[in-house]
Amino acid sequence: MAESISRSLRDGCLEGEHAPALTIEDSLASSLGSSVFDHFLAHLVSQIAAGKSQARGLVLVAFNRSPAFYLELLRRKGVDAQHVDKRVRILDCYSDPLGWKKRVPPLKTAQNLPVKANVACFSDARDTNKLMASILDLGKGTSYSELDATSCNVLNLVYLLTEFVGQDKSRFAVAIDLVSSLLRYTSLPTVAGLLNKLRSNDQTSCIVWLIHSDLHEQRVSAALAYVSTMVASIQPIAQCTDEQTSQQNSVWLGKNSDKAKLHVRLKRRNGRVKLLAEELHLDQVGVKFTAVGAQNSNVAKSLLPKVQFNLQLSEQERVERAKVVLPYEHQGNGEEIQIYDGRRSLSDSISISQPSVASPVISDTQVAPGIGEIHYVRDSDDEQPDSDEDPDDDLDI
Amino acid sequence: MNPSFSSPTTNLLDEALGIGCTGSVPWRIALVQDCVEASGAFLLHHLLKRSLSAEAAGAVVFLGLAQPFSHYDRVLRKMGCNLSLQRNKNKLHFIDLLDLEFLVAGGTDQNAIEDGFMNLYNRILRFIEANNLMHNNGGWIRIIIDDISLLEIAAQGSSSHTFDFLQYCATLTSELDCSLLILNHGDIYSSEEDQCLLSHLDYLSDVVIKAETLSTGIAVDVHGQLTIINKRALGELGWSSSKVYNFQFKLKENAVEFFYPGTKF
Repeated sequence: MAESISRSLRDGCLEGEHAPALTIEDSLASSLGSSVFDHFLAHLVSQIAAGKSQARGLVLVAFNRSPAFYLELLRRKGVDAQHVDKRVRILDCYSDPLGWKKRVPPLKTAQNLPVKANVACFSDARDTNKLMASILDLGKGTSYSELDATSCNVLNLVYLLTEFVGQDKSRFAVAIDLVSSLLRYTSLPTVAGLLNKLRSNDQTSCIVWLIHSDLHEQRVSAALAYVSTMVASIQPIAQCTDEQTSQQNSVWLGKNSDKAKLHVRLKRRNGRVKLLAEELHLDQVGVKFTAVGAQNSNVAKSLLPKVQFNLQLSEQERVERAKVVLPYEHQGNGEEIQIYDGRRSLSDSISISQPSVASPVISDTQVAPGIGEIHYVRDSDDEQPDSDEDPDDDLDI
Repeated sequence: MNPSFSSPTTNLLDEALGIGCTGSVPWRIALVQDCVEASGAFLLHHLLKRSLSAEAAGAVVFLGLAQPFSHYDRVLRKMGCNLSLQRNKNKLHFIDLLDLEFLVAGGTDQNAIEDGFMNLYNRILRFIEANNLMHNNGGWIRIIIDDISLLEIAAQGSSSHTFDFLQYCATLTSELDCSLLILNHGDIYSSEEDQCLLSHLDYLSDVVIKAETLSTGIAVDVHGQLTIINKRALGELGWSSSKVYNFQFKLKENAVEFFYPGTKF
């Protein structure tokens, strides 16, 4: 299922359609959203680097983590540094989102970190129009001097950026690492408007963004779900109850720290909504996805005892069992129940007799030839048939 | 001199937080969340003491909104640490913010509050700059905030501006060898909207330390319990899975004792 999401992002959008958009949402109960975002981001970048995707480049809008983190992430995931330099542009909204660093003297003795050519600093997070323009500029690879950056070789950057997607109408992908941060700076309608504009832009291939659902009202998640074509929601594996003690809580936290359930809602073009679920767990390498219940069914199978005979019936065996006629069972074929009182001799024809309390009640059915039957001949055939008398009358009790 | 300090003995808290012998830590942002019944101030005192020990190779910026400098000086002196001496040696930079009007000195409009936070950020930067000049760019910096709820009050209740300021402090942790320790109260937020800052802090932090009372009530030998969620312990290959620790504590006159439940005799 995660594969289908990656495929959808890789394939991008059709002509005349809006770009596919993936919302990844998590909460404090299961905060693996950032890791899932990293997974899809790295996968998309590797597809772009290999030339297998519709997008020729990617613009990453970094609010939550530093550009250096993402460059290191891509290096760890095995994406060639040259491809990263050429195909990935990072709009740094993390270091100075409100422009404070321009208004205070910079640190004089700070080690001057080499400014990466593909990182552009953005200092006006409250202005979504400027943000939109910067994203598109980076995506199209227009003159870098229009962007707000300092201490970099402008000529070098213009060269690199024009190489980015070229001057033709190639598409680029957009990834926003935390829409929740953007929602702190501006209102929901403005953010929804920005995302819609990005989706409808001719050169956008696909968009991915992450949101922490418990930082906002329910309507925010709903509004973003309307804008997106895929919603991947991360839920905890184990549910927490309010009555849990702190120790139980710590066990619950431990269980939910690296495992979660991924619920995906895919919106098809024809309007059909597909709901899928998978389990994910986080290890040293990254996020791994497995089918739901794969472990559960194995457990169920192992509960059956391992013996050398079959404890279950096959379908044919069930049918045969249903056909078996039980000797004392009324078959419901319309015939009257005939009670055998134990006194009829073999020569007597089968006839209806009065049922008596003392006599054994035996239902008698028309016996088909060839089927075994038991004939009981009483010793005292001459005696009167049993009546309602107490059989212990002859005893002196 | 700090007689009780010849070599800092490792305790459960230091192990859980990964505090090295030089006082360095593997995390960038830690949140201490306490409540009325179990105050987390002792954690700040303990971590302040560890940060200013003889072996410590860094400096501390302390934003004091809850208590005056003399209070911390008195408490740490009992624990064997002379804050006045450390301040004179420029290992400790104490920013006295007891007067909660410091942010609105220039007016009460939103721009004035933002400017106030920016000035505070500038003061921190200047200290870091001075420290780097003195120690030739060596050593780590620890910023301790006591406490964030008072910072929000100083900002006239604007959690947005407060979080903006924290965001800038957080960027310092990724650009420099800097860590951030924040104290917040978990039981002062009534509605879900107000809890927004709590949730933001939880997402931001690498380590969350919760100080709570025992579910069984008050005890003589056990004063409370700590739950430490170390979310992002750095490994060689990147993030490792988070670790959760749970143990109890007892506050003594000069120190704190940490032990696992049932091991206190």
